[in-house]
Amino acid sequence: MDTAAASSGTGAVVARGRTVTGIEGLDNILNGGIPRGSMVLLAGAVGTGKTTLSLEYLIRGAESGERSLFLSVTEHTAKLVENLATFEFFRSELVESGALVLVDLPDIYTRLGLDREELSSEEIFLLTKAILDLVAETGVKRCVLDSLTSVVYRIHRDEQIRDFLLTLSRGLNRLGCTTLLTSELASGQARYSTHGVEEAIVDGVILLGNASRRGDILRVLQVVKMRGTSHSRAQYVMELTPIGLLMAPHLKGNSPEGT
Amino acid sequence: MPEDASVTARVRQLPSGSATALRLNPREYADDYFAVLQAALRGPGAEAGSHTIYVSVTNPAALVWSIAQALDVPAERLSFVDAISHTMMSYRDPLPNATYVESPRMLETIMLRIEYLLRRHPATRPIVVIDSVNALAIHNPKELLSEFFHILVNNLKSRQVILLLMIVSEDTASDLDQLVGLVVDETVDVVRPRG
Repeated sequence: MDTAAASSGTGAVVARGRTVTGIEGLDNILNGGIPRGSMVLLAGAVGTGKTTLSLEYLIRGAESGERSLFLSVTEHTAKLVENLATFEFFRSELVESGALVLVDLPDIYTRLGLDREELSSEEIFLLTKAILDLVAETGVKRCVLDSLTSVVYRIHRDEQIRDFLLTLSRGLNRLGCTTLLTSELASGQARYSTHGVEEAIVDGVILLGNASRRGDILRVLQVVKMRGTSHSRAQYVMELTPIGLLMAPHLKGNSPEGT
Repeated sequence: MPEDASVTARVRQLPSGSATALRLNPREYADDYFAVLQAALRGPGAEAGSHTIYVSVTNPAALVWSIAQALDVPAERLSFVDAISHTMMSYRDPLPNATYVESPRMLETIMLRIEYLLRRHPATRPIVVIDSVNALAIHNPKELLSEFFHILVNNLKSRQVILLLMIVSEDTASDLDQLVGLVVDETVDVVRPRG
C-alpha cells in the first residue's frame, strides 16, 4: 500500500511515497502515512500501547499485501501470537502464509554467537547485517524491532549506537522497508530514548504516554518529529479496541483543569 | 403511563445528521425522563435499520436497560456507553451490550467508545443519546464540555447520526442551555399533558 509519487524532474516539490499504516487516526495525523523507508522511534512508558500499535501496523500491512516482520527481543513470539488473537482483524493465516513473519531476536543472537553482555563493534556489525539480510531475504516492507531499548542495552558507547542505527537506517531505507523501533521510557523521562542518541538519528519520533485528568488516566499519542512530511503535532487520545486503535483529539478546554 | 405522542412524534421525524436537545422540566423530571426514553427508544430507535447508542451518565446502563426491556426494545438495537457505574462503585454484572468508561471525566474515551460502537453496529439509521448534559457538567468544567460537544456533534453530524442530548432545565438562559444551543439544530421541550 504505497501512495508513491516519484521524482518529476521539473524541480517541483514532489510528495514522497508513503507507507499507509492502516491505523486510520495515525494516517490522518501523518497526512497519509509514514514516508516510505523511514525509521521511526515509537517511544513510551510501560503500558502505553507501543507493542499493540506496532502489531496493528504490521497486521494492516500484511493484510494489504505488504510482507511484514516483527523482531521480538523480550516477548516470545509464540506468546505474541496468542495476544494477536485479541485483534478481531487478525487471521492466523497471515503468520502461516508468511505474510507476517515473527522472529525472536535472541535466536539470532544465539546463531551469531553473541552471548556476551556487551557487544563489540564487530558483533554489532554482524547483528546489523543479520537483520538487513533477513529483511532482504523475506522481502518485507514493514519491520518492527521491539524493543530497541533491549538491543542498545548491550551497546555501551554512544558512537556505537549511532553507527548501529545509521547503518540499519540506510540499509532498511535502501530496501524500501518502513521500520518502527520501540523505545521504553521511564515515567517522566524527558527524552525519547535510553541514550538520547537514538532520537537524533531516526526519521521520526512518535511519543506515547499517559495524560492525567484529575486522577483519571488517558492514553495519548503525539507525533513529535517526522521527516519528509508535514504532520499534526497535537496530542491525541488513543483507545485500544478489538477492532484496532481509535484516536480522538485530546481535549484541553481553556482551563488548567482541562488536563 | 400513556406514551407522550408529541415528543415521540417530534423525535421520530428527526432527519439523519441532526442534533437535537430534549429539554426536561426538573419539576416533572421522573415523568419527563420516561417520556424521553420512550421517544428515543421507541421512536427512531424502533425503526428498521436503526441502532441506538445510549450514553448513560445520569443513571447506570443497567437501570436504563431495565426500562428499555419494559418498553420491548430488542437488545440488538441498543448498546450502552456507561460512564457512571465505575464512579458510583456499582460496576457489577456488566451488561453484554454495554461498554464501561471508568469516569465521566474521560470525555475522549466516551467519544471513542461511541465511535467503536458505531463501527461494531453499522446501521442505516444510527442514533446516539447523551443522558445527560447536566450529568456531564457535574464532572467537567464548562470549557472542556464545550470542546467535547463541538467535536462530538460535528463528527456525528458528518456521519449522518441522529444525536439526542438530554438536558434538564427550566431556564433557557442557563449556561448549559447556551452551551447546548451553540451545537444543536433545535431544542425540543418535553411538554406532556399535565395533571
